[in-house]
Amino acid sequence: MTDQMQSFANKLVVVQLLVLFFLSIAIHSACTDDNKRESDKQLEDKASAIGIATEIDTLTGMALDENFELVRANCITCHSAKLITQNRATREGWKGMLDWMRETQNLHDLGENEGPILDYLAKHYSPENKGRRANLEDIEWYELESE
Amino acid sequence: MVRRRKFIKKSVLTSITAAIGIPIVYGRFLRGEILPIGLENSQITLPGKSAELIVLNDRPINAETPPHLLNDKLTPNDLFFVRNNGLPPSRVDAENWTLTIGGESARAEKTFSIAELKSKFKTYSLDITLECGGNGRSEFNPPAKGNQWSTGAVGCAKWTGVRLSDVLMEVGVKEDAMYIGYYGADLHVSGDKTKNTISRGVPIKKALSNDSLIAWQMNGEDLPALNGYPLRLVFGGYPASCSGKWLNKIVIRNKVHDGAKMGGQSYRVPCKTVAPGEKVKDEDMCIIEEMPVKSLITYPKTGATIKANQKMPISGKAWTAAKKINKVEYSIDFGMNWKSCSLGAAANQFAWQQFDADVSFDKPGYYEVWARATDSNGKTQPIILPGWNPKGYLNNACHRIAVKVEA
Ligand code: HEC
Repeated sequence: MTDQMQSFANKLVVVQLLVLFFLSIAIHSACTDDNKRESDKQLEDKASAIGIATEIDTLTGMALDENFELVRANCITCHSAKLITQNRATREGWKGMLDWMRETQNLHDLGENEGPILDYLAKHYSPENKGRRANLEDIEWYELESE
Repeated sequence: MVRRRKFIKKSVLTSITAAIGIPIVYGRFLRGEILPIGLENSQITLPGKSAELIVLNDRPINAETPPHLLNDKLTPNDLFFVRNNGLPPSRVDAENWTLTIGGESARAEKTFSIAELKSKFKTYSLDITLECGGNGRSEFNPPAKGNQWSTGAVGCAKWTGVRLSDVLMEVGVKEDAMYIGYYGADLHVSGDKTKNTISRGVPIKKALSNDSLIAWQMNGEDLPALNGYPLRLVFGGYPASCSGKWLNKIVIRNKVHDGAKMGGQSYRVPCKTVAPGEKVKDEDMCIIEEMPVKSLITYPKTGATIKANQKMPISGKAWTAAKKINKVEYSIDFGMNWKSCSLGAAANQFAWQQFDADVSFDKPGYYEVWARATDSNGKTQPIILPGWNPKGYLNNACHRIAVKVEA
Protein backbone atom coordinates (compact mmCIF):
# COMPACT_ATOMS: atom_id res chain seq x y z
CA MET A 1 0.00 0.00 0.00
CA THR A 2 1.30 3.48 -0.81
CA ASP A 3 1.49 6.14 1.88
CA GLN A 4 -1.35 8.01 0.24
CA MET A 5 -3.59 5.00 0.17
CA GLN A 6 -2.63 4.22 3.68
CA SER A 7 -3.50 7.64 4.99
CA PHE A 8 -6.73 7.50 3.05
CA ALA A 9 -7.49 4.09 4.52
CA ASN A 10 -6.72 5.39 7.98
CA LYS A 11 -9.02 8.38 7.46
CA LEU A 12 -11.73 6.12 6.17
CA VAL A 13 -11.42 3.92 9.20
CA VAL A 14 -11.52 6.91 11.54
CA VAL A 15 -14.69 8.15 9.88
CA GLN A 16 -16.19 4.71 10.14
CA LEU A 17 -15.23 4.43 13.76
CA LEU A 18 -16.89 7.74 14.50
CA VAL A 19 -20.02 6.65 12.70
CA LEU A 20 -19.94 3.41 14.61
CA PHE A 21 -19.41 5.16 17.88
CA PHE A 22 -22.49 7.34 17.48
CA LEU A 23 -24.41 4.45 16.10
CA SER A 24 -23.55 2.27 19.04
CA ILE A 25 -24.77 4.97 21.41
CA ALA A 26 -27.90 5.24 19.34
CA ILE A 27 -28.47 1.52 19.40
CA HIS A 28 -27.81 1.25 23.07
CA SER A 29 -30.25 3.98 23.93
CA ALA A 30 -32.71 2.52 21.49
CA CYS A 31 -32.52 -0.74 23.37
CA THR A 32 -33.46 0.89 26.63
CA ASP A 33 -36.11 3.12 25.07
CA ASP A 34 -39.72 2.22 25.35
CA ASN A 35 -39.96 2.79 21.65
CA LYS A 36 -37.73 0.06 20.43
CA ARG A 37 -36.56 0.16 16.87
CA GLU A 38 -38.70 -1.87 14.57
CA SER A 39 -35.98 -4.36 13.66
CA ASP A 40 -35.10 -4.98 17.29
CA LYS A 41 -38.70 -5.61 18.05
CA GLN A 42 -39.05 -8.01 15.18
CA LEU A 43 -36.02 -9.84 16.40
CA GLU A 44 -37.38 -10.11 19.87
CA ASP A 45 -40.62 -11.46 18.50
CA LYS A 46 -38.65 -14.01 16.56
CA ALA A 47 -36.66 -14.83 19.65
CA SER A 48 -39.70 -15.41 21.79
CA ALA A 49 -41.34 -17.35 18.96
CA ILE A 50 -38.53 -19.88 19.06
CA GLY A 51 -38.38 -19.88 22.84
CA ILE A 52 -35.32 -17.83 23.65
CA ALA A 53 -35.65 -16.07 26.94
CA THR A 54 -32.30 -14.32 26.89
CA GLU A 55 -31.81 -10.99 25.23
CA ILE A 56 -28.61 -10.52 23.32
CA ASP A 57 -26.52 -7.36 23.46
CA THR A 58 -26.37 -6.13 19.89
CA LEU A 59 -22.81 -4.86 20.07
CA THR A 60 -21.05 -7.74 21.77
CA GLY A 61 -23.40 -10.59 20.93
CA MET A 62 -23.34 -11.57 24.61
CA ALA A 63 -26.34 -12.54 26.71
CA LEU A 64 -27.82 -9.64 28.68
CA ASP A 65 -28.39 -10.08 32.39
CA GLU A 66 -27.39 -8.55 35.72
CA ASN A 67 -23.76 -9.63 35.41
CA PHE A 68 -23.32 -8.73 31.77
CA GLU A 69 -21.74 -5.35 32.54
CA LEU A 70 -19.08 -7.02 34.71
CA VAL A 71 -18.12 -9.37 31.94
CA ARG A 72 -18.10 -6.60 29.41
CA ALA A 73 -15.91 -4.47 31.64
CA ASN A 74 -13.40 -7.21 32.36
CA CYS A 75 -13.33 -9.52 29.40
CA ILE A 76 -13.24 -7.73 26.10
CA THR A 77 -10.26 -5.42 26.38
CA CYS A 78 -7.79 -7.96 24.98
CA HIS A 79 -9.98 -9.94 22.64
CA SER A 80 -13.45 -9.59 21.26
CA ALA A 81 -16.48 -11.15 22.87
CA LYS A 82 -16.49 -13.64 20.01
CA LEU A 83 -13.90 -15.70 21.82
CA ILE A 84 -16.25 -15.94 24.77
CA THR A 85 -19.49 -16.63 22.91
CA GLN A 86 -17.81 -19.35 20.83
CA ASN A 87 -16.88 -21.35 23.90
CA ARG A 88 -18.95 -23.66 26.13
CA ALA A 89 -17.84 -24.93 29.51
CA THR A 90 -18.95 -25.80 33.01
CA ARG A 91 -18.25 -23.31 35.81
CA GLU A 92 -15.11 -25.28 36.61
CA GLY A 93 -14.09 -25.26 32.94
CA TRP A 94 -14.56 -21.49 32.78
CA LYS A 95 -12.52 -21.11 35.95
CA GLY A 96 -9.76 -23.12 34.29
CA MET A 97 -9.75 -20.71 31.33
CA LEU A 98 -9.61 -17.65 33.60
CA ASP A 99 -6.76 -19.21 35.62
CA TRP A 100 -4.86 -19.94 32.40
CA MET A 101 -5.33 -16.36 31.21
CA ARG A 102 -4.19 -15.01 34.56
CA GLU A 103 -1.11 -17.22 34.67
CA THR A 104 -0.03 -16.84 31.06
CA GLN A 105 -1.89 -14.02 29.29
CA ASN A 106 -1.75 -11.02 31.64
CA LEU A 107 -5.37 -11.26 32.80
CA HIS A 108 -5.74 -8.99 35.84
CA ASP A 109 -6.92 -10.25 39.22
CA LEU A 110 -10.71 -10.21 39.02
CA GLY A 111 -11.08 -10.01 42.82
CA GLU A 112 -14.64 -10.28 44.08
CA ASN A 113 -15.94 -10.04 40.52
CA GLU A 114 -14.69 -13.50 39.65
CA GLY A 115 -17.66 -15.27 41.27
CA PRO A 116 -20.37 -13.31 39.44
CA ILE A 117 -18.41 -13.52 36.17
CA LEU A 118 -18.19 -17.30 36.49
CA ASP A 119 -21.90 -17.43 37.33
CA TYR A 120 -22.65 -15.52 34.16
CA LEU A 121 -20.40 -17.65 31.95
CA ALA A 122 -21.63 -20.95 33.37
CA LYS A 123 -25.23 -19.83 33.03
CA HIS A 124 -25.16 -18.62 29.44
CA TYR A 125 -22.32 -20.59 27.93
CA SER A 126 -22.67 -24.03 29.38
CA PRO A 127 -21.96 -27.20 27.42
CA GLU A 128 -24.62 -29.18 25.63
CA ASN A 129 -24.10 -32.85 24.97
CA LYS A 130 -23.26 -33.06 21.28
CA GLY A 131 -22.56 -36.80 21.26
CA ARG A 132 -19.64 -38.35 19.46
CA ARG A 133 -20.74 -36.99 16.06
CA ALA A 134 -23.62 -34.59 15.46
CA ASN A 135 -26.12 -34.57 12.60
CA LEU A 136 -25.25 -32.29 9.70
CA GLU A 137 -27.10 -29.09 10.40
CA ASP A 138 -27.68 -25.65 8.90
CA ILE A 139 -27.76 -27.12 5.41
CA GLU A 140 -28.69 -24.65 2.69
CA TRP A 141 -30.22 -26.78 -0.05
CA TYR A 142 -29.59 -25.81 -3.66
CA GLU A 143 -29.99 -27.41 -7.04
CA LEU A 144 -26.76 -28.81 -8.44
CA GLU A 145 -26.56 -28.22 -12.19
CA SER A 146 -25.40 -31.29 -14.03
CA GLU A 147 -22.18 -30.69 -15.89
CA MET B 1 -29.84 -23.24 20.76
CA VAL B 2 -26.41 -22.05 19.78
CA ARG B 3 -27.47 -22.00 16.18
CA ARG B 4 -30.60 -20.00 16.88
CA ARG B 5 -28.70 -17.44 18.87
CA LYS B 6 -26.40 -17.06 15.92
CA PHE B 7 -29.32 -16.39 13.64
CA ILE B 8 -30.58 -13.62 15.85
CA LYS B 9 -27.18 -11.99 16.14
CA LYS B 10 -26.79 -12.08 12.40
CA SER B 11 -30.06 -10.32 11.79
CA VAL B 12 -29.19 -7.61 14.26
CA LEU B 13 -25.90 -7.16 12.54
CA THR B 14 -27.50 -6.81 9.17
CA SER B 15 -29.51 -3.92 10.49
CA ILE B 16 -26.41 -2.27 11.92
CA THR B 17 -24.55 -2.68 8.67
CA ALA B 18 -27.48 -1.45 6.71
CA ALA B 19 -27.47 1.67 8.85
CA ILE B 20 -23.78 2.27 8.33
CA GLY B 21 -24.00 1.41 4.70
CA ILE B 22 -20.40 0.29 4.36
CA PRO B 23 -18.55 -2.74 5.57
CA ILE B 24 -15.96 -2.15 8.26
CA VAL B 25 -12.52 -2.14 6.77
CA TYR B 26 -9.49 -2.87 8.84
CA GLY B 27 -6.61 -0.76 7.58
CA ARG B 28 -3.64 -3.00 6.97
CA PHE B 29 -1.64 -0.87 9.35
CA LEU B 30 -4.34 -0.35 11.88
CA ARG B 31 -4.08 -2.26 15.10
CA GLY B 32 -7.07 -4.08 16.43
CA GLU B 33 -7.18 -2.18 19.69
CA ILE B 34 -9.01 0.84 18.33
CA LEU B 35 -11.76 -1.20 16.83
CA PRO B 36 -15.19 -1.16 18.37
CA ILE B 37 -14.60 -4.34 20.26
CA GLY B 38 -17.12 -7.07 19.97
CA LEU B 39 -19.14 -5.59 17.18
CA GLU B 40 -20.64 -8.53 15.41
CA ASN B 41 -18.51 -9.14 12.44
CA SER B 42 -19.92 -11.38 9.79
CA GLN B 43 -19.64 -8.30 7.55
CA ILE B 44 -16.08 -7.43 8.44
CA THR B 45 -13.63 -7.47 5.59
CA LEU B 46 -10.21 -8.65 6.67
CA PRO B 47 -7.35 -6.97 4.81
CA GLY B 48 -6.30 -9.03 1.82
CA LYS B 49 -8.95 -11.64 2.55
CA SER B 50 -12.16 -12.73 0.86
CA ALA B 51 -15.44 -11.75 2.49
CA GLU B 52 -16.37 -15.43 2.20
CA LEU B 53 -14.03 -16.47 4.98
CA ILE B 54 -15.86 -17.32 8.20
CA VAL B 55 -14.58 -14.97 10.90
CA LEU B 56 -14.47 -16.77 14.26
CA ASN B 57 -12.85 -13.89 16.08
CA ASP B 58 -11.98 -10.39 14.91
CA ARG B 59 -9.51 -9.68 17.70
CA PRO B 60 -7.20 -11.49 17.47
CA ILE B 61 -8.19 -12.37 13.90
CA ASN B 62 -9.14 -15.98 13.36
CA ALA B 63 -10.95 -16.91 10.16
CA GLU B 64 -11.54 -20.16 8.30
CA THR B 65 -12.32 -21.23 4.74
CA PRO B 66 -15.59 -23.00 3.89
CA PRO B 67 -14.80 -26.44 2.39
CA HIS B 68 -16.20 -25.71 -1.08
CA LEU B 69 -13.75 -22.80 -1.41
CA LEU B 70 -10.79 -25.14 -0.97
CA ASN B 71 -11.33 -26.77 -4.36
CA ASP B 72 -8.29 -25.13 -6.01
CA LYS B 73 -5.01 -27.02 -6.34
CA LEU B 74 -3.40 -24.15 -4.46
CA THR B 75 -5.50 -22.14 -2.04
CA PRO B 76 -5.61 -18.52 -3.24
CA ASN B 77 -4.04 -16.05 -0.81
CA ASP B 78 -7.32 -14.30 -0.10
CA LEU B 79 -8.97 -17.60 0.85
CA PHE B 80 -6.18 -18.95 3.04
CA PHE B 81 -7.26 -19.28 6.68
CA VAL B 82 -5.91 -16.98 9.42
CA ARG B 83 -4.99 -18.08 12.93
CA ASN B 84 -3.55 -15.10 14.77
CA ASN B 85 -2.64 -15.39 18.43
CA GLY B 86 -1.91 -11.68 18.73
CA LEU B 87 -1.92 -8.49 16.70
CA PRO B 88 0.12 -8.39 13.47
CA PRO B 89 2.89 -5.76 13.38
CA SER B 90 1.38 -2.44 12.38
CA ARG B 91 4.16 -1.15 10.15
CA VAL B 92 6.27 -3.55 8.19
CA ASP B 93 9.35 -2.27 6.41
CA ALA B 94 10.41 -5.30 4.40
CA GLU B 95 13.61 -3.65 3.18
CA ASN B 96 14.92 -3.17 6.68
CA TRP B 97 13.46 -6.38 8.07
CA THR B 98 16.04 -8.68 9.63
CA LEU B 99 16.19 -12.28 10.74
CA THR B 100 18.60 -13.13 13.54
CA ILE B 101 19.78 -16.68 14.16
CA GLY B 102 21.14 -17.40 17.62
CA GLY B 103 20.54 -19.54 20.68
CA GLU B 104 22.80 -21.61 22.91
CA SER B 105 23.32 -24.30 20.25
CA ALA B 106 24.23 -21.88 17.46
CA ARG B 107 27.98 -21.52 16.77
CA ALA B 108 27.52 -17.80 16.25
CA GLU B 109 24.79 -15.21 16.12
CA LYS B 110 24.10 -13.86 12.65
CA THR B 111 21.60 -11.44 11.22
CA PHE B 112 20.30 -11.46 7.65
CA SER B 113 18.21 -9.00 5.68
CA ILE B 114 15.64 -10.49 3.32
CA ALA B 115 17.83 -9.39 0.39
CA GLU B 116 20.74 -11.32 1.93
CA LEU B 117 18.62 -14.43 2.35
CA LYS B 118 17.67 -14.14 -1.31
CA SER B 119 21.23 -13.63 -2.56
CA LYS B 120 23.19 -15.95 -0.24
CA PHE B 121 21.03 -19.06 -0.45
CA LYS B 122 19.31 -21.05 -3.14
CA THR B 123 15.60 -20.34 -3.51
CA TYR B 124 13.03 -23.17 -3.47
CA SER B 125 9.30 -23.29 -4.13
CA LEU B 126 7.24 -26.06 -2.53
CA ASP B 127 3.51 -26.76 -2.32
CA ILE B 128 2.88 -27.29 1.36
CA THR B 129 -0.36 -27.86 3.26
CA LEU B 130 -0.68 -25.98 6.54
CA GLU B 131 -3.33 -26.98 9.03
CA CYS B 132 -4.01 -25.51 12.45
CA GLY B 133 -3.67 -28.10 15.22
CA GLY B 134 -7.14 -27.10 16.44
CA ASN B 135 -8.90 -27.54 13.10
CA GLY B 136 -12.14 -29.43 13.81
CA ARG B 137 -12.18 -28.40 17.48
CA SER B 138 -15.88 -27.44 17.37
CA GLU B 139 -16.92 -31.09 17.21
CA PHE B 140 -15.36 -32.26 20.46
CA ASN B 141 -17.68 -33.29 23.27
CA PRO B 142 -17.34 -32.15 26.04
CA PRO B 143 -16.43 -28.91 24.26
CA ALA B 144 -12.76 -27.99 23.99
CA LYS B 145 -11.38 -24.53 24.78
CA GLY B 146 -10.34 -22.02 22.12
CA ASN B 147 -11.51 -20.87 18.72
CA GLN B 148 -14.20 -23.25 17.56
CA TRP B 149 -12.77 -24.19 14.17
CA SER B 150 -15.00 -26.24 11.96
CA THR B 151 -13.16 -27.77 8.97
CA GLY B 152 -11.49 -24.78 7.36
CA ALA B 153 -8.26 -24.04 9.24
CA VAL B 154 -6.32 -25.65 6.40
CA GLY B 155 -4.94 -24.65 3.02
CA CYS B 156 -2.21 -25.59 0.57
CA ALA B 157 -0.05 -22.90 -1.04
CA LYS B 158 3.13 -22.66 -3.04
CA TRP B 159 5.70 -21.22 -0.64
CA THR B 160 8.88 -19.64 -1.95
CA GLY B 161 11.93 -19.07 0.19
CA VAL B 162 15.16 -20.65 1.34
CA ARG B 163 15.78 -23.88 3.16
CA LEU B 164 15.90 -23.31 6.89
CA SER B 165 18.71 -25.90 7.00
CA ASP B 166 20.90 -23.85 4.60
CA VAL B 167 20.59 -20.82 6.85
CA LEU B 168 21.14 -22.77 10.07
CA MET B 169 24.21 -24.49 8.58
CA GLU B 170 25.66 -21.14 7.48
CA VAL B 171 25.44 -19.96 11.09
CA GLY B 172 26.65 -23.29 12.50
CA VAL B 173 24.70 -25.85 14.51
CA LYS B 174 26.34 -27.30 17.62
CA GLU B 175 26.21 -31.02 18.24
CA ASP B 176 23.93 -30.70 21.24
CA ALA B 177 21.21 -28.93 19.19
CA MET B 178 17.81 -30.39 19.96
CA TYR B 179 15.15 -27.94 18.89
CA ILE B 180 14.64 -24.60 17.19
CA GLY B 181 12.32 -21.87 18.42
CA TYR B 182 11.02 -18.81 16.60
CA TYR B 183 10.09 -15.29 17.56
CA GLY B 184 7.88 -12.98 15.52
CA ALA B 185 6.90 -9.32 15.51
CA ASP B 186 3.27 -9.77 16.47
CA LEU B 187 2.11 -7.99 19.60
CA HIS B 188 0.39 -9.59 22.58
CA VAL B 189 -3.31 -8.64 22.68
CA SER B 190 -2.88 -7.07 26.12
CA GLY B 191 -0.59 -4.48 24.51
CA ASP B 192 2.32 -5.58 26.74
CA LYS B 193 5.31 -5.10 24.45
CA THR B 194 7.58 -7.26 26.61
CA LYS B 195 5.33 -10.27 26.22
CA ASN B 196 5.72 -12.82 23.43
CA THR B 197 2.46 -13.76 21.79
CA ILE B 198 3.59 -17.13 20.57
CA SER B 199 7.09 -18.61 20.27
CA ARG B 200 6.98 -22.23 19.21
CA GLY B 201 9.29 -24.46 17.19
CA VAL B 202 10.21 -27.93 15.97
CA PRO B 203 12.79 -30.63 16.77
CA ILE B 204 16.15 -29.99 15.08
CA LYS B 205 15.65 -32.96 12.75
CA LYS B 206 12.52 -31.38 11.31
CA ALA B 207 14.24 -27.99 11.11
CA LEU B 208 17.07 -29.50 9.06
CA SER B 209 14.85 -31.39 6.67
CA ASN B 210 14.92 -30.22 3.04
CA ASP B 211 11.29 -29.16 2.92
CA SER B 212 11.41 -26.81 5.92
CA LEU B 213 11.42 -23.27 4.56
CA ILE B 214 11.90 -19.65 5.51
CA ALA B 215 9.43 -18.14 3.03
CA TRP B 216 8.66 -14.65 1.74
CA GLN B 217 6.22 -15.59 -0.98
CA MET B 218 2.93 -17.40 -1.12
CA ASN B 219 1.60 -18.43 -4.52
CA GLY B 220 4.05 -16.11 -6.26
CA GLU B 221 3.11 -13.00 -4.29
CA ASP B 222 4.34 -11.36 -1.10
CA LEU B 223 2.92 -13.12 1.95
CA PRO B 224 -0.46 -11.62 2.92
CA ALA B 225 -0.20 -9.29 5.94
CA LEU B 226 -2.29 -11.69 8.01
CA ASN B 227 -0.21 -14.72 6.99
CA GLY B 228 3.12 -13.34 8.16
CA TYR B 229 4.37 -10.64 5.75
CA PRO B 230 7.26 -10.23 5.14
CA LEU B 231 8.78 -13.51 6.41
CA ARG B 232 7.63 -16.77 7.95
CA LEU B 233 8.53 -20.37 8.59
CA VAL B 234 6.79 -23.22 6.77
CA PHE B 235 6.84 -26.77 8.16
CA GLY B 236 4.66 -29.29 6.35
CA GLY B 237 2.94 -31.99 8.39
CA TYR B 238 3.28 -30.18 11.72
CA PRO B 239 0.62 -28.01 13.41
CA ALA B 240 0.65 -24.66 11.58
CA SER B 241 1.49 -22.92 14.87
CA CYS B 242 5.07 -24.21 14.36
CA SER B 243 5.34 -22.14 11.17
CA GLY B 244 6.03 -18.80 12.86
CA LYS B 245 4.84 -15.62 11.13
CA TRP B 246 6.37 -12.12 11.00
CA LEU B 247 9.56 -14.03 11.68
CA ASN B 248 12.49 -12.03 13.06
CA LYS B 249 14.44 -14.48 15.21
CA ILE B 250 15.27 -18.17 15.34
CA VAL B 251 17.04 -19.77 18.28
CA ILE B 252 18.83 -23.12 18.10
CA ARG B 253 18.21 -24.77 21.45
CA ASN B 254 19.95 -27.51 23.43
CA LYS B 255 16.60 -28.51 24.91
CA VAL B 256 12.95 -28.47 23.87
CA HIS B 257 12.14 -24.81 23.16
CA ASP B 258 10.28 -23.24 26.08
CA GLY B 259 8.71 -20.18 24.41
CA ALA B 260 5.11 -18.99 24.72
CA LYS B 261 2.55 -21.70 23.93
CA MET B 262 5.12 -24.51 24.00
CA GLY B 263 4.15 -25.51 27.55
CA GLY B 264 1.02 -26.10 29.60
CA GLN B 265 -1.74 -27.57 27.48
CA SER B 266 -1.14 -25.49 24.35
CA TYR B 267 -0.63 -27.56 21.20
CA ARG B 268 -0.34 -30.64 23.36
CA VAL B 269 -2.44 -33.77 23.74
CA PRO B 270 -2.51 -36.27 26.60
CA CYS B 271 0.55 -38.56 26.37
CA LYS B 272 -1.78 -41.42 27.24
CA THR B 273 -5.29 -41.37 25.74
CA VAL B 274 -8.02 -40.27 28.16
CA ALA B 275 -11.78 -40.63 28.50
CA PRO B 276 -13.86 -37.68 27.18
CA GLY B 277 -13.83 -34.85 29.71
CA GLU B 278 -11.07 -36.32 31.86
CA LYS B 279 -8.81 -33.84 33.66
CA VAL B 280 -5.22 -34.05 32.49
CA LYS B 281 -2.28 -32.56 34.38
CA ASP B 282 0.11 -30.34 32.42
CA GLU B 283 2.97 -32.78 32.95
CA ASP B 284 0.91 -35.54 31.32
CA MET B 285 0.49 -33.55 28.12
CA CYS B 286 2.84 -34.17 25.15
CA ILE B 287 3.74 -31.79 22.32
CA ILE B 288 1.97 -32.48 19.03
CA GLU B 289 4.44 -33.17 16.25
CA GLU B 290 2.98 -34.86 13.19
CA MET B 291 -0.55 -34.08 12.10
CA PRO B 292 -2.87 -36.98 11.22
CA VAL B 293 -4.20 -38.11 7.82
CA LYS B 294 -7.19 -36.05 6.72
CA SER B 295 -9.36 -35.07 3.76
CA LEU B 296 -12.14 -32.70 2.72
CA ILE B 297 -14.81 -32.92 0.04
CA THR B 298 -14.40 -29.60 -1.76
CA TYR B 299 -16.97 -30.20 -4.51
CA PRO B 300 -19.90 -30.02 -4.42
CA LYS B 301 -20.84 -27.72 -1.60
CA THR B 302 -22.93 -29.47 1.04
CA GLY B 303 -26.68 -29.24 0.37
CA ALA B 304 -26.67 -30.30 -3.30
CA THR B 305 -30.03 -31.44 -4.65
CA ILE B 306 -29.90 -33.64 -7.75
CA LYS B 307 -32.24 -35.75 -9.88
CA ALA B 308 -32.33 -39.53 -9.47
CA ASN B 309 -30.77 -40.16 -12.87
CA GLN B 310 -28.06 -37.54 -12.41
CA LYS B 311 -24.48 -38.57 -11.68
CA MET B 312 -22.76 -36.37 -9.18
CA PRO B 313 -19.04 -35.72 -9.54
CA ILE B 314 -17.22 -35.20 -6.25
CA SER B 315 -13.70 -33.94 -5.66
CA GLY B 316 -11.61 -33.12 -2.69
CA LYS B 317 -8.20 -32.88 -1.10
CA ALA B 318 -6.33 -35.29 1.15
CA TRP B 319 -3.15 -34.68 3.15
CA THR B 320 -0.94 -36.28 5.78
CA ALA B 321 2.35 -35.88 7.60
CA ALA B 322 3.33 -39.31 6.28
CA LYS B 323 5.04 -39.79 2.91
CA LYS B 324 1.83 -39.68 0.93
CA ILE B 325 -1.85 -40.49 0.67
CA ASN B 326 -2.35 -43.99 -0.71
CA LYS B 327 -6.11 -44.18 -1.04
CA VAL B 328 -9.28 -42.12 -0.72
CA GLU B 329 -12.69 -43.77 -0.53
CA TYR B 330 -16.24 -42.48 -0.35
CA SER B 331 -19.44 -43.87 1.10
CA ILE B 332 -23.05 -42.87 0.42
CA ASP B 333 -24.61 -45.29 2.90
CA PHE B 334 -23.22 -44.04 6.20
CA GLY B 335 -20.10 -46.14 6.04
CA MET B 336 -21.46 -49.58 5.12
CA ASN B 337 -19.86 -49.62 1.69
CA TRP B 338 -16.80 -47.73 0.57
CA LYS B 339 -15.78 -47.11 -3.04
CA SER B 340 -12.43 -45.87 -4.33
CA CYS B 341 -11.83 -42.39 -5.66
CA SER B 342 -9.25 -41.66 -8.32
CA LEU B 343 -6.28 -40.05 -6.62
CA GLY B 344 -3.80 -37.51 -8.02
CA ALA B 345 -0.14 -37.32 -7.11
CA ALA B 346 1.27 -34.69 -4.77
CA ALA B 347 3.44 -31.95 -6.27
CA ASN B 348 5.90 -32.79 -3.49
CA GLN B 349 5.67 -34.20 0.03
CA PHE B 350 3.18 -32.27 2.23
CA ALA B 351 1.27 -30.92 -0.79
CA TRP B 352 -2.31 -32.11 -0.67
CA GLN B 353 -3.54 -34.63 -3.22
CA GLN B 354 -6.71 -34.25 -5.23
CA PHE B 355 -9.31 -37.02 -5.38
CA ASP B 356 -12.31 -37.39 -7.67
CA ALA B 357 -15.21 -39.78 -8.16
CA ASP B 358 -18.51 -39.98 -10.02
CA VAL B 359 -21.22 -40.84 -7.57
CA SER B 360 -24.58 -42.29 -8.52
CA PHE B 361 -27.56 -42.89 -6.28
CA ASP B 362 -30.15 -45.62 -6.86
CA LYS B 363 -33.12 -44.16 -5.10
CA PRO B 364 -34.43 -40.75 -4.12
CA GLY B 365 -33.72 -39.74 -0.54
CA TYR B 366 -31.43 -37.97 1.87
CA TYR B 367 -27.81 -38.98 1.57
CA GLU B 368 -24.52 -38.07 3.09
CA VAL B 369 -21.33 -38.45 1.13
CA TRP B 370 -18.45 -39.32 3.40
CA ALA B 371 -14.80 -39.39 2.37
CA ARG B 372 -11.90 -41.01 4.15
CA ALA B 373 -8.22 -41.10 3.25
CA THR B 374 -5.56 -43.66 4.09
CA ASP B 375 -1.90 -42.67 4.13
CA SER B 376 1.32 -44.57 3.42
CA ASN B 377 1.63 -45.40 7.12
CA GLY B 378 -1.61 -47.35 6.76
CA LYS B 379 -3.53 -44.87 8.93
CA THR B 380 -7.19 -44.19 8.00
CA GLN B 381 -9.48 -41.39 9.09
CA PRO B 382 -12.07 -42.37 11.71
CA ILE B 383 -15.77 -41.78 10.97
CA ILE B 384 -16.54 -40.55 14.49
CA LEU B 385 -14.39 -38.21 16.54
CA PRO B 386 -10.91 -39.44 17.38
CA GLY B 387 -9.51 -39.37 20.92
CA TRP B 388 -10.90 -36.56 23.06
CA ASN B 389 -8.31 -34.13 24.43
CA PRO B 390 -8.73 -31.04 26.62
CA LYS B 391 -7.82 -28.48 23.96
CA GLY B 392 -9.53 -30.23 21.07
CA TYR B 393 -6.65 -30.87 18.70
CA LEU B 394 -6.24 -33.38 15.87
CA ASN B 395 -9.84 -33.98 14.87
CA ASN B 396 -9.43 -35.89 11.61
CA ALA B 397 -12.88 -37.51 11.51
CA CYS B 398 -14.06 -38.03 7.94
CA HIS B 399 -15.75 -35.08 6.22
CA ARG B 400 -19.41 -35.36 5.35
CA ILE B 401 -21.65 -33.46 2.94
CA ALA B 402 -25.44 -33.67 2.67
CA VAL B 403 -27.11 -34.52 -0.66
CA LYS B 404 -30.78 -34.85 -1.60
CA VAL B 405 -31.82 -37.00 -4.54
CA GLU B 406 -35.23 -36.15 -5.98
CA ALA B 407 -37.40 -38.46 -8.03
C1 HEC C 1 -5.12 -9.42 29.54
C2 HEC C 1 -5.76 -9.84 28.36
C3 HEC C 1 -7.04 -10.69 28.51
C4 HEC C 1 -8.19 -10.39 29.22
C5 HEC C 1 -8.50 -9.14 30.02
C6 HEC C 1 -9.07 -11.52 29.03
N1 HEC C 1 -8.48 -12.44 28.20
FE1 HEC C 1 -9.35 -14.13 27.50
N2 HEC C 1 -7.66 -14.58 26.47
C7 HEC C 1 -6.54 -13.78 26.36
C8 HEC C 1 -5.62 -14.35 25.40
C9 HEC C 1 -4.29 -13.77 24.98
C10 HEC C 1 -6.22 -15.52 24.91
C11 HEC C 1 -5.68 -16.45 23.82
C12 HEC C 1 -6.19 -15.90 22.49
C13 HEC C 1 -5.87 -16.76 21.30
O1 HEC C 1 -5.12 -17.73 21.43
O2 HEC C 1 -6.39 -16.46 20.19
C14 HEC C 1 -7.49 -15.63 25.60
C15 HEC C 1 -8.37 -16.68 25.40
C16 HEC C 1 -9.66 -16.74 25.91
C17 HEC C 1 -10.58 -17.81 25.68
C18 HEC C 1 -10.27 -19.07 24.87
C19 HEC C 1 -9.56 -20.01 25.79
C20 HEC C 1 -8.48 -20.83 25.18
O3 HEC C 1 -8.09 -21.82 25.84
O4 HEC C 1 -7.99 -20.51 24.09
C21 HEC C 1 -11.73 -17.50 26.36
C22 HEC C 1 -12.98 -18.33 26.40
C23 HEC C 1 -11.51 -16.24 27.03
N3 HEC C 1 -10.25 -15.79 26.72
C24 HEC C 1 -12.44 -15.62 27.85
C25 HEC C 1 -12.17 -14.50 28.60
C26 HEC C 1 -13.03 -13.99 29.66
C27 HEC C 1 -14.36 -14.60 30.07
C28 HEC C 1 -12.43 -12.88 30.17
C29 HEC C 1 -12.91 -12.00 31.31
C30 HEC C 1 -12.80 -12.56 32.62
C31 HEC C 1 -11.18 -12.69 29.44
N4 HEC C 1 -11.06 -13.69 28.53
C32 HEC C 1 -10.31 -11.63 29.64
C33 HEC C 1 -6.32 -12.60 27.04
C34 HEC C 1 -7.25 -11.96 27.87
